[in-house]
Amino acid sequence: MGTFKLVVKRLLFLIFVIWSASTITFLIPRFSSRNAIRERFAELARNGGFAPDDLEKIVAAMQTQFGLDRPLWEQYLSYVGSVMHLDFGYSLKSYPSTVTDLIAQSLPWTIGLLIVTTILSFIIGNLLGAIAAWPKAPRWMRMVATPFVLLTGVPPVLMGVLLLFFVGFRLKLLPLGGAYSIGVVPNWSWGFAVDMALHQVLPALALILGSVGGWVLSMRGMGVTIQGEDYVNFAEHKGLGGVSIFRDYYLRNAMLPQVTGFALALGTLVTSAIVVEGIFGLPGIGTVLQNAIRSNDFPVIYGIVLFITITVATLMVAMEFVYPLLDPRIRQQ
Amino acid sequence: MATIAMTSPATDEVRQPSQIILLLRYLRRNKSLGIGLTVLLLLVAFTVIGLLVVDPKHAYPLSAPSKRPPSLQYWFGTDFFGRDMLSAMAVGMWQTAVIGLLAGGIGTMIGVFFGFVSAYFGGWIDTVVKSVCQILTPIPVLLIQVVVASSLDKRDVTILTMALIVVMLAWMGPTLVIRSQVLTMKERQFVSVAKLSGVGDLGIIFKEILPNLLPFIAAAFVGQVFAAVFASFYLAVLGLGPLREPLLGNIIWAAQGQGAFFNGWWWWPIEPAVAMILILGSLALVIMGLDELANPRVRRTE
Repeated sequence: MGTFKLVVKRLLFLIFVIWSASTITFLIPRFSSRNAIRERFAELARNGGFAPDDLEKIVAAMQTQFGLDRPLWEQYLSYVGSVMHLDFGYSLKSYPSTVTDLIAQSLPWTIGLLIVTTILSFIIGNLLGAIAAWPKAPRWMRMVATPFVLLTGVPPVLMGVLLLFFVGFRLKLLPLGGAYSIGVVPNWSWGFAVDMALHQVLPALALILGSVGGWVLSMRGMGVTIQGEDYVNFAEHKGLGGVSIFRDYYLRNAMLPQVTGFALALGTLVTSAIVVEGIFGLPGIGTVLQNAIRSNDFPVIYGIVLFITITVATLMVAMEFVYPLLDPRIRQQ
Repeated sequence: MATIAMTSPATDEVRQPSQIILLLRYLRRNKSLGIGLTVLLLLVAFTVIGLLVVDPKHAYPLSAPSKRPPSLQYWFGTDFFGRDMLSAMAVGMWQTAVIGLLAGGIGTMIGVFFGFVSAYFGGWIDTVVKSVCQILTPIPVLLIQVVVASSLDKRDVTILTMALIVVMLAWMGPTLVIRSQVLTMKERQFVSVAKLSGVGDLGIIFKEILPNLLPFIAAAFVGQVFAAVFASFYLAVLGLGPLREPLLGNIIWAAQGQGAFFNGWWWWPIEPAVAMILILGSLALVIMGLDELANPRVRRTE
């Protein structure tokens, strides 16, 4: 019964977070002095589409169509309602397609990049951190962690610019951006797959190098505190080998706080991935967001922000349900 | 007894070293604080000397020939829009510092206030502050800042509004730190003694607790400056900064937009990137050093 209550409590919390986020993205644009529809059609009018007199009529018609002439509370209710089933409205720039379409097209790129880089940096960082704190590790093994720690303060975007310069521009080893080479038509051949993979290496490297240091630091701190614990001393006196102490005592005990840290870092991970994608011109959500910002496509901006917020909050709450699987002590309670 | 005292004149020669020497010695032990402060001072020197020597007008478009690589005349080269990169870097770093200090200062003040009120008085105030922080934690703050920044009229986006946007959602960190510190400190004996001797709430807050919190407040302030510089940089890289200004993130955004690396203008994005790495790196080192200063328990864990 206790677990059931906890699950319900966390789910209510999640709904509350999503509701707050959608309220924020509903209210802020309403306070703004900018009128997205007017700006878009004024731009079309400037490019010689129609007479300025018609502009007012078109804007008024569009306002009605988007429901912007209805009272505020009515707009709010329908907005929250549509957010609940992930409907974020239409894009202004590429009109017939909806924001959800744009997200669905670009999402696989972002998810692919994020999953690969997150898993790799989590594993590498935790291993290096544990080794750095382990007194019996050979000296050269402990030294490996140092360069990563020095990179902790460097955001992945800047890492990306440096990698572009040194690896892409100076050494000409890897491409300078884009999802695949210019002039290549996407197809199902091995050559294209290799070409695409090569374009993903630098962005992935930027994200990994930027986030490994954080895991190293927290894991090392944890390892240092575990060292003084009685059960580690006992295990050593019992004559257990180094590898088994390292695996069953060090890693096992440090895992839970690290997973908690992982849940807290999700938001940062996603935002860095978005900015890195923009720098490298990968066709993921980040680039869609940057293009939307460039062309003042407001529904797309707000839709992407809300979508990412909902995803991150959901993942964070989901992570909490993983704890009991990792730690028997929590299962007991 | 007297003779013994006479035969040890060495005690007279042991002089207490001056404050500066002591500080330098401490900085040699606390390496991250020492290195961080040194780099920060060098950056400040570059900015100040740069602002005195160069013409800030050259940091804006059409003030110099475009696309010149670094040379004797233009040490840092010029960009596609005809900005002298040396002036642009000096002005951009100055603006970054303004955003960081302004947002960091306001954020820390709000955080200290809420942290204090929430922990010291407890009750419903504490519940409200705590739950607002809890709800905002899973929301990626940068994205909400993106919504705010993109809703603004382009003319309203200035260095000042950038700082305000950043600070709006960046007070939770210091609030939680100060709150937890006040919670432990108000149970300490010296606070009970002050209470028993009839010192009022304000007296206890300002005379008993606040002085003990100063190292934490200093650390929170530097942390906030770091967060503000970081957030404003991300916003600018996404193209939400004040586009006319040579803010470091704006320069990188503009350079990527023009395909700087594809066209071989490598100096254009690399210079602001290196400057930003130095700024954020030195701030991170200072934070680590202050952590060691404020929390002696983590000293020398290595």
